[in-house]
Amino acid sequence: MSDLLVVDGISKSFRGLRAVSRASLTVPKGGIVGLIGPNGAGKTTCFNMIAGVYKPDEGSVTLDGRRIDGLRPDLICHAGVGRTFQIVKPFKELTALDNVMVGALHTESDTRRAKREAEAVLDRLGMLEKRNQPAGQLTLPERKRLEVARALATKPRILLLDEVMAGLRPTETDQMVAVFRDLNQREGLTILLIEHVMRAVMALSQQVVVLHHGEVIARGDPQAVVRDPAVLECYLGEEAEI
Amino acid sequence: MIAGLYERLLDGVPRRALLLLGLLLIAMLVAPLLVDPYLLSILILVLYFAYTGQAWNVMMGFCGQLSLGHSLYVGLAAYTSAALYVHFQLPPTIGALAAISISMAFGAGIGFLAFRFGIGGTYFALLTIAFAEFTRVGFDHFAWVNGSGGFFLPVEQYTRNDVLNLRGRPVMFYYLLLALTVAAFVFCRWLLTGRIGYYWQAIREDQEAAQTLGINTFRYKMLAVLISSGMTALSGVFFAFYYNNLFPEQIFNISRSIELILGPIIGGLGSLFGPILGAFVLTLLAEGLYETLHGLGYDIPGIKHVFYGICLAAVIMYLPHGIWPPLRRKLGLETRQ
Repeated sequence: MSDLLVVDGISKSFRGLRAVSRASLTVPKGGIVGLIGPNGAGKTTCFNMIAGVYKPDEGSVTLDGRRIDGLRPDLICHAGVGRTFQIVKPFKELTALDNVMVGALHTESDTRRAKREAEAVLDRLGMLEKRNQPAGQLTLPERKRLEVARALATKPRILLLDEVMAGLRPTETDQMVAVFRDLNQREGLTILLIEHVMRAVMALSQQVVVLHHGEVIARGDPQAVVRDPAVLECYLGEEAEI
Repeated sequence: MIAGLYERLLDGVPRRALLLLGLLLIAMLVAPLLVDPYLLSILILVLYFAYTGQAWNVMMGFCGQLSLGHSLYVGLAAYTSAALYVHFQLPPTIGALAAISISMAFGAGIGFLAFRFGIGGTYFALLTIAFAEFTRVGFDHFAWVNGSGGFFLPVEQYTRNDVLNLRGRPVMFYYLLLALTVAAFVFCRWLLTGRIGYYWQAIREDQEAAQTLGINTFRYKMLAVLISSGMTALSGVFFAFYYNNLFPEQIFNISRSIELILGPIIGGLGSLFGPILGAFVLTLLAEGLYETLHGLGYDIPGIKHVFYGICLAAVIMYLPHGIWPPLRRKLGLETRQ
């Protein structure tokens, strides 16, 4: 399988603090890769460099052979990258449907057709009955799903999910996992996810990359990675059990 | 295409809302036949604020860019159309094009400076004030339009209405403003129901999230400023030919900018009917209060502005989204999806 996203040795420092140091990872076309690591490991900074919020100090990000590092976020969206925010950013005064329509209008300029598409995406995430509610009135789990719906509506080739399972109940997590697995299998959507909820990481990821102090310390099969002593020590704690 | 446009404008609008709008329009159309000249002048003021408020609403209400210097566009357009008329006998119907262009050019300059260099929020508002202020100072010394001494249009007793040259009786201005207000209302509805409207609102709510969804925020904010300044220019043309005298100290004054944003804020920021409702409520109540006090023998200078202040405080405290959203709910006029 060819690689859709190739992140090659990217680094980012904030006033001397090296948040990410020469991190590399690849996401194969149609694959699901989990990016894990303790708090402050640099996962979100990595995401922000891929999504265009920050320009990497060094290294490159390539999507399907095309360099995208340093591009503006809107151009990265045009290139085919969709993302969610760890701290959700709903358009609070707009209804759930209008939120998703903003995403759908990216590829569909006709508002009526965009509306139908947005409804289909909301339906898929089990949010259709909430469509007329202002996003500001939704619960946190609902807002997380709305983030996903909005990003999905732009029809990305790769979806970057930043802790969308956090705060969900186990049954809700399983539902979300099922949605992503379905999108991945039926539509071939490629996914890169940051996740703390190991239940979701283990269920979804075909490959896991572990980041610690901004550096990649392990990668590979999820089952193998969580047994890696280095990972157990610095991420899960020496006594941790999965 | 016409059918599609019709459908887009009316999509989700309750029948009752259309009926009420129709009734309001009929009432406004026949009003000049029923009211005395004083009341007509008040209604003209209402329409002036409704139209200008709508124009300002495009920038702040739809796109979230706070301009506190819209008097700049009113003033520039007023001076442009008046000077072209007086110096070159160019009819204001054509002069308006020049006025719109100049206003939009200034809007583009402010927008470019602010959005290119990431100036937002309060600082953007300060920038708009600064532009209005230095333009005022500039016009104070602009001899071609008689500087701070004021610029006057020739006036005579009109027996007929010359629409081309905007020379005529108040009733002509009334119908012109009514047409402008209706056109602006429909135009804004068209904008809001299109991609641009959704993108503006996304930028207003969260710029970073908007950008992630592929929106070129610079371009869409520029469009908001251009459309808003262009629309506001027509208020300036009206102002020049209705009042026939222009003073930089008055027309570019920041209090003018504040005055014209009170309507949309009190009526309901970002809503289509808010600026119209706000203009009616504020102007009619303020004039009513003034007249009542005057009738009782009290002449209190500045009472209108005190009243505006009280209204603004009350709305911000009790109805932060303005009068219109709760009123719309009460009347059962919410749009369906």
